[in-house]
Amino acid sequence: MPKNTIGYAKADYEGVISTLCAGCGHDSISGAIVQACYEMAIEPHRVAKLSGIGCSSKTPNYFLNNSHGFNSVHGRMPSVATGANMANRDLIYLGVSGDGDTASIGMGQFVHAIRRNLNMLYIVMNNGCYGLTKGQDSATADQGSVSKSGSVNPFEGIDLPGMALELGATFVARSFSGDKTQLVPLIKAALSHKGFALIDVMSPCVTFNNNAGSTKSYDYVRDHIEALAEIGFVPEKEEITVSYETGTTVDVELHDGSVVHLQKLADGWDPRDRQAAMRRLQAAKTEGEILTGLLYIDPNSKDLHEVIKSDSRPLNSLKEEDLCPGSAILDLINEDFR
Amino acid sequence: MRNLTGINDLVVRFANVNGTGSASANNMFAMSIFRMGIPMTAKNIFPSNIQGLPTWYEVRVSEKGYLGRREGVDVLVCVNPQSMKQDIASVKSGGYFVYDNTKNLHKDFIRDDINYIGIPMIGICMRLYQDPRQRQLFKNMIYVGALAALLDIELEVVKGIIADEFAKKPKLIEPNVQAMMEGVKYVQDNYSYPLHVRVERRDLVGDSIVIDGNTACGLGAVYAGATVAGWYPITPSTSLVEAFAKYANKYRLDPETGLKKVAIVQAEDELAAFGMVLGASWNGARAFTATSGPGVSLMNEFLGLAYFAEIPAVLVDVQRGGPSTGMPTRTQQSDLLLAAYASHGDTKHVLLLPSTPTECFNLMADAFDLAERLQTPVIVMTDLDLGMNDHLTAPLKWDDSRRYDRGKVYTAQDLDDLTAVGKQFGRYLDVDGDGIPYRTIPATHPTKGSFFTRGTSHDEYARYTEDGVKNAEVLNRLLKKWDTAKEITPKPEFYQTENKSNVGVIFFGTTTYAALEAMDLLREEEGITLDAMRATAFPFHSSVEEFIAAHDQVFVIEQNRDAQFRTLLINELEVNPKKLIKILNYDGMPITAEAIRRQIAGVLATV
Repeated sequence: MPKNTIGYAKADYEGVISTLCAGCGHDSISGAIVQACYEMAIEPHRVAKLSGIGCSSKTPNYFLNNSHGFNSVHGRMPSVATGANMANRDLIYLGVSGDGDTASIGMGQFVHAIRRNLNMLYIVMNNGCYGLTKGQDSATADQGSVSKSGSVNPFEGIDLPGMALELGATFVARSFSGDKTQLVPLIKAALSHKGFALIDVMSPCVTFNNNAGSTKSYDYVRDHIEALAEIGFVPEKEEITVSYETGTTVDVELHDGSVVHLQKLADGWDPRDRQAAMRRLQAAKTEGEILTGLLYIDPNSKDLHEVIKSDSRPLNSLKEEDLCPGSAILDLINEDFR
Repeated sequence: MRNLTGINDLVVRFANVNGTGSASANNMFAMSIFRMGIPMTAKNIFPSNIQGLPTWYEVRVSEKGYLGRREGVDVLVCVNPQSMKQDIASVKSGGYFVYDNTKNLHKDFIRDDINYIGIPMIGICMRLYQDPRQRQLFKNMIYVGALAALLDIELEVVKGIIADEFAKKPKLIEPNVQAMMEGVKYVQDNYSYPLHVRVERRDLVGDSIVIDGNTACGLGAVYAGATVAGWYPITPSTSLVEAFAKYANKYRLDPETGLKKVAIVQAEDELAAFGMVLGASWNGARAFTATSGPGVSLMNEFLGLAYFAEIPAVLVDVQRGGPSTGMPTRTQQSDLLLAAYASHGDTKHVLLLPSTPTECFNLMADAFDLAERLQTPVIVMTDLDLGMNDHLTAPLKWDDSRRYDRGKVYTAQDLDDLTAVGKQFGRYLDVDGDGIPYRTIPATHPTKGSFFTRGTSHDEYARYTEDGVKNAEVLNRLLKKWDTAKEITPKPEFYQTENKSNVGVIFFGTTTYAALEAMDLLREEEGITLDAMRATAFPFHSSVEEFIAAHDQVFVIEQNRDAQFRTLLINELEVNPKKLIKILNYDGMPITAEAIRRQIAGVLATV
């Protein structure tokens, strides 16, 4: 069995067998997470995987068996991830959520995790419907999309990457569960990014939202997908050896020395230009395109620990002698209250 | 007209306008009493408002050391025309009404059974100061000076307090002393002083300090090693996290790097605040949050998760007047049932019930040990009176040899040792028979000890199960843990070595001040001796049930409408509800000894 540079086989990154429906997009995303972590040679136990409630939030059980997992409550994963990250800044935080979990009940927490630039990868497995409760429209369902029962969604859909850009997110991407060549390097880049990384992954629900007229079906997504660029990820330890024609490629160096390599760029595209990303997303919406790829990255972003100036060591490693001011100081404090 | 007389036994109430700087002047008055060695207690009765509405500050001076609120005002200092009518009405017959006589009082405000002492506060200020802000601030010092002369407060003590108050702005010391002396001088020139009701130096406060419970809780969290706090502002808990931040930022700062050994995150709401606590605790840090009733309502869902997934958490509920938004700036003990059974399903939580700031500090430190030992939320139940008012209390103490009890946590070595003897780690296995399993912190071991924390039904290995028998086993083990909690949480305090009466009294928290005073009143004035017990924790230690069993009648004194503590006793213990008699107060003001005495004496008289 082949092993990666730290001696782990791909199987070491897998989880228990999925109980999701056969053909569920979410299982492909789990597979992409496994592959990305294996190829990046991440120590599985250095990852903390967190989720909310729903089909998507079950998936952390289906990858990275040697990681601690936390299946929290509906829409509240971001706050749990925030606390976890505050306790130990040295782990990798991988949050998995769905469109119901993120865009409805969890909207507040999602927004504020972005605002604080919490250092984590936040994957939304976006299928436009509530699968576990049998197919109700979610808040990301597009206006006009037809459900399995034939009803037409009358409400405007929430575009999570567009909103994240508006909120100042420092890494924003969209992908498709059926496009591993794009998704795997995006996950790798997101894991290397220091700050909040959002990947909104179109992940069709084969059981409740894969019908004709749905804008989140496999066929519809495949027909309307538009990639901004082909993406490659070069870990910090490897050198870029292939040279590309300038003008059609961009290399973005991340804080840990890794490089995100984008080729066959859309015309005039720079992934470090937030306003351009917002304009491009709006244009794609008008055209009826599903724009995928790395929409925006700020490679120099400051995460929450840097902003609040917390200790460089994991706070959970500190002991009495680091934390307790002791009785002599307390005597002085008492004196202030006399 | 009779004049009130007496030394070191009076209530002085200040009627101010919110936002006029009166708080610091009033505090100087209270601290003057304290520094003259006389026990005193101060209550801030304030509106939910930043500027403009009436606010009161009440200082009770008690030679006997009674620290609860007392009914009746001996001296009222009126600096607020808005509330003058009710303020005049609140003065005891024979008492004193100190007011600004720059303008004459309307005849409607004249009572013939109280003394009026006019001090031209505005007049003096208009004469001495040009700047409007100065006129307002120095007006406060003028009434402090007038009171000092009227009540015979040592002027050197007041001057010392002014010097301490402005230690960082020494230029302000002299003008404040001068303003204070203007008040003194006016009294000396115009009235016979001191009054018959006055103070006199004693040596009764020992090494006590004067501190509010929120500050003490915040300090307790610093000393207990809390490193993560998620929080959302809400009266009356906000100043608790602010105190934690102040001391943590000071004593956990690396002066060279500017980095702090603490992470304090202001959350988007109380749900997120508690989510942060759970994430941090799960990841091996000591974490806490503080809120009030409305926040606990919002945290219910997470509290249930923490109970069932067995995650340590420390939460302080600084209770205020409910229901709903209620009276945000008044006190009650009305969140007991909410906190004890927070969240759906069979869920219950450990509560700690401090009654003084010193106990806030101690129980806060204990709360972290208990939460990690029991792997469950521990809720410290204080209230607005305890949290936001200054209390005379024993100095805070810390034993430098104290080690944090991090509870049952497997290390990498422990996990390897388990493997060596052919055993498998089970997150929810009851290895020791006390209902408390072992946990692992993320990233402990490369290949062992990982598990999936979930709020769904799970087996001993944290795997999802829909096996009803397995789920019932988990619920039963949690009950076993509950029994363990009864043994390791603080024991109740009994005020007699052996029972002397067939009637008992139970109280807790800030009710303690008034309850103990009421016991004295009943004994001294009515010849009734009662046995007393102060509860300090929930679940109840076996001695609570024994105390009730040993008495024919037990008065349960608390500050809510529905006798919630009594309900907890009935719900959790095998006791006859008829024996438990409610003594209640829920007007938002701290309960008084007189109210307790009246109610108990009334019940006993009808038997």
